Amino acid sequence: MSSDHGHDAHELSFLRKYVFSVDHKVIGLQYLITSFVFLLAGFALMMLMRWQLAFPGRAIPLIGPMFSPDLAPNGVMSGEFYNALGAMHGTIMIFLGIVPLGVAAFGNYVLPLQIGAPDMAFPRLNMMSYWLYLPAGTLMLLSFFLPGGAAQSGWTSYPPLSVINPGQTVWLLAMVLLITSSLLGAINFLVTSINMRAPGLTLMRLPVFVWSEMVASVILLLAFPPLEAAAILQLMDRVAHTSFYMPKDLVILGQRYAGSGGGQPLLWQHLFWFLAHPEVYVLVLPAMGIVAEIIANNTRKPLHGYKTIVFSMLGVGVMSFLVWAHHMFISGMTPALSNFFLVTTMIISVPSVAILTCLIFSLQGGSIRYNVPMLFALAFLPLFGIGGLTGLPLGLTVTDIYLHDTYYVIGHFHFVVVTGSIIALFAGVYHWFPKWFGRKMNDRLGVIHFWGSVVSMVGIFTPMMIMGLAGASRRLYDPTAQVHNLIVQPLNVVSTYFAAVLGVFQLPFIWNFFHSMFRGEKTPENPWQATTLEWACPSPPPHGNFAKTPRVYRGPYEYSAPGRATDFWPQTDPS
Amino acid sequence: MNATAIENPDTHSGISNAKLGVWLFLASEIMLFATLFTTYIVLRLSATSWPWGWDALNVPLATLNTVILISSSVTIVMAYARAYDRDVRGFRLWMALTLALSFGFLIVKAFEYGHEFSKGIGPSTSVFYAVYFTMTGLHGIHIIGGIIVNSVLLYMSFVQEDWENPLFLGRVEGAGLYWHFVDIVWIFLFPALYLL
Amino acid sequence: MNNYGWGLPIQASTFAGQIDSGLWIIHAAMIGIFVLWGIFFTYLLVKYRRRDGVPARRDEHGEIASLIPDLLVMVFEVGLIVFYALPTWRSVKMTMPDAKDALVVEVTAEQFGWNIRYPGPDGKFGRTKPELVHFSNPLGLDRTDPAAADDIVVSNEMHLPVDTKVLIKLRSKDVVHDLFVPEFRLKQDAMPGMDTPMWVEPNRIGHYEMACAQLCGFGHSLMRGDVYVESRTDFEKWLKARAALNPAPPSATSGGF
Repeated sequence: MSSDHGHDAHELSFLRKYVFSVDHKVIGLQYLITSFVFLLAGFALMMLMRWQLAFPGRAIPLIGPMFSPDLAPNGVMSGEFYNALGAMHGTIMIFLGIVPLGVAAFGNYVLPLQIGAPDMAFPRLNMMSYWLYLPAGTLMLLSFFLPGGAAQSGWTSYPPLSVINPGQTVWLLAMVLLITSSLLGAINFLVTSINMRAPGLTLMRLPVFVWSEMVASVILLLAFPPLEAAAILQLMDRVAHTSFYMPKDLVILGQRYAGSGGGQPLLWQHLFWFLAHPEVYVLVLPAMGIVAEIIANNTRKPLHGYKTIVFSMLGVGVMSFLVWAHHMFISGMTPALSNFFLVTTMIISVPSVAILTCLIFSLQGGSIRYNVPMLFALAFLPLFGIGGLTGLPLGLTVTDIYLHDTYYVIGHFHFVVVTGSIIALFAGVYHWFPKWFGRKMNDRLGVIHFWGSVVSMVGIFTPMMIMGLAGASRRLYDPTAQVHNLIVQPLNVVSTYFAAVLGVFQLPFIWNFFHSMFRGEKTPENPWQATTLEWACPSPPPHGNFAKTPRVYRGPYEYSAPGRATDFWPQTDPS
Repeated sequence: MNATAIENPDTHSGISNAKLGVWLFLASEIMLFATLFTTYIVLRLSATSWPWGWDALNVPLATLNTVILISSSVTIVMAYARAYDRDVRGFRLWMALTLALSFGFLIVKAFEYGHEFSKGIGPSTSVFYAVYFTMTGLHGIHIIGGIIVNSVLLYMSFVQEDWENPLFLGRVEGAGLYWHFVDIVWIFLFPALYLL
Repeated sequence: MNNYGWGLPIQASTFAGQIDSGLWIIHAAMIGIFVLWGIFFTYLLVKYRRRDGVPARRDEHGEIASLIPDLLVMVFEVGLIVFYALPTWRSVKMTMPDAKDALVVEVTAEQFGWNIRYPGPDGKFGRTKPELVHFSNPLGLDRTDPAAADDIVVSNEMHLPVDTKVLIKLRSKDVVHDLFVPEFRLKQDAMPGMDTPMWVEPNRIGHYEMACAQLCGFGHSLMRGDVYVESRTDFEKWLKARAALNPAPPSATSGGF
């Protein structure tokens, strides 16, 4: 290397440019690809589980014999293996898939562009976030092959089970790494969006997506440390044999537990849900932000209720810290406490409904362009709506007595996270793809991907709602072992078939993504005729993004302004 | 809305990135330790018996450590003041003193731990000791983190280029903020574990 | 057991109807809200599709309009909380029957089964000691304690008299389990180290299932038992027959420590 420390992009080696890059765009794409790989891995685990749920006791076809006899004797899944798949599916999808995709991938690539910044505030910290995330995720996946196997106590890891079950130590270590990575990322996003906005880009002129990232970052920043502490305590319970979560006089499979006792298993549940409920909003807020961007762009009119959306997001952020124990209505927590969380839960639904209402009202009066990103963004509205509505009987103490731990819960949060977040994230990929690669994804394949995914997603999760109402319990590796699940068992088969269909319909997406990267139709700088700042720089943006720092003259969604020749008025347009 | 004029061209918060970053980091650290203190309170309230710090732990040694740590907070402020005045020798002196005090803290802590281990007491002995070892241990790790940061700053003061970097003062300030935080955590830990 | 179907299972406890009415109200409201929104949404999608020469029209009404649906949802939720959730929760989970007026049963969960203990004629649960736990004595019952001598311990089978308030003390020996009887609309976590009270008044004679509803390990799906709700006389008869199976109280000489 030459002695002067120039930032000339030409001097960077391949390794510095594409692997250990400090450029937010490269890191964003690294996050994007990695998190999609993890989503695929989580999906594969889910397919194995779905096979077992639909056809309990039957050998897994094709790959069954490849598993070690401990996991799947004669190719038939064991209870341990099923539980490991369940725990890892949840963990991977949430912590390694959707959060890194929604917050880190889109946040990294899009947020600095949308605020007119040359890069993130701390580029090297940014690189470190990714290089903590990747080993953490790899460790998590590798745990299947380590002695003890993968964690098998659910993604919620309730002690004492998690303290005595094998595999949990690696899970905890990976989580601590992952939390550290998220914390660094959250700090970076907040400092970047507070300090590095282009001149004129006041807070109330920020695109909704930037707001959603900021709120999500605050949640990550303040909610993750409690889980980190809780994970450290659980690690101590496992490694140093402390008893933070272990009460006195446990007798496990006929053996007295050796620890000193005196701990509180409920403490973990409080600490866990103190993170994990806000985490839901981390999954959902960026998705809402993406949908808002795409809706404004494709209705060719300003968002309805920009301020309402922004303040609702802030409201959701604050309230999300006060609802955690609605996951614990029947946990043995003092029942009177449930009433408090019942009320806060109903309060948090108010801003969420407001955001959704504003997004739907935004369509009114528009000139709706039905392109692929818009299809996904529009599908988000009713499907996420189902997710929200089905949360109502779960958030209500009384009805939760019956529905808790049934398939209703699974159906509900998958409607939120899959037909909500993931659909929106797909929308984001199609929307910003031209910015990333200067090319556009194929429309026909996009439409096939859209209808295939949406129909099969609904096909997977709707049966779960019916099963839940009939009382079918979740997390059973053999649902037929309990009588009350038997009648609705055929629905498990339906779900499984739709899951397979969903998998098949991701193939056009994968092909479309990589093919369009190199062969897609070339697009100009601003193919969607959008107003926000990321479309005011070349595609893909060069090192440093903007040739000169942009100046911002107006709000983010000035579409169809009266008296103008074009129907969009970019934020940077001085006229 | 006035379309042409930039109403508020200055969108910077006025606080440097590094300082803002450190403050946000400290916010998350506060949540981390707040959780541990909550754990302490919950476990203590539900415990049938809880030893008194004077009986179970070495209070004089911990008092000594409190004095050491508070002094180190003073010395790091002095180091910052010297850096502010561009006095490199003064900075090195005070920073070295800060480092010496932090090592002193760790050595005293090691004696304390060693004494307990020699009595056969460990984290698994009881919930009290579990809390004690975990919280002081995690605090110790934060001390080590501070030592690393402070050593790097001390080293940088010997490199002409780094010392003259306009960001250097901000880095010292960030390290100082963090060090004060570590100090404050101890000031909560000391009475909670040893005195109450 | 023909208790289950494609909808809610049969109702077999006094509060099952209350819980079901909540489920019906909410689902009716949910479907109503979804259909109304769906119609409006579809209308918007069709009406405002892109047409040449028709530009988008910017909003003429203010942001307040978007808060009207919110207000309606809020009113509905407040009503639901005040008139349904709070009082029902109070009666189902917050108010426990007096032990004097109810049959008291202790249910202790373990990996992977249920131990149901009746206090016997003296109405008192005897002493248990964790060091006495053995596969033949799953609760570690100390039979030298006179109060324990007549305790009846049954595994995976709970008999309850119909139309009687039952106070269940829920415990766990190892990990978190959850007692779920779908027909009773009853669900409660069994938290180790805690004694969680719950109550039910079965009002329908029949054979039901007690399943574990909280992931408790590799055998979780095998953790189930049967609940028999019987007439008072049948229940007494069964109890007497079970009591006869208890080991004879240890004599003074064979006892010792």
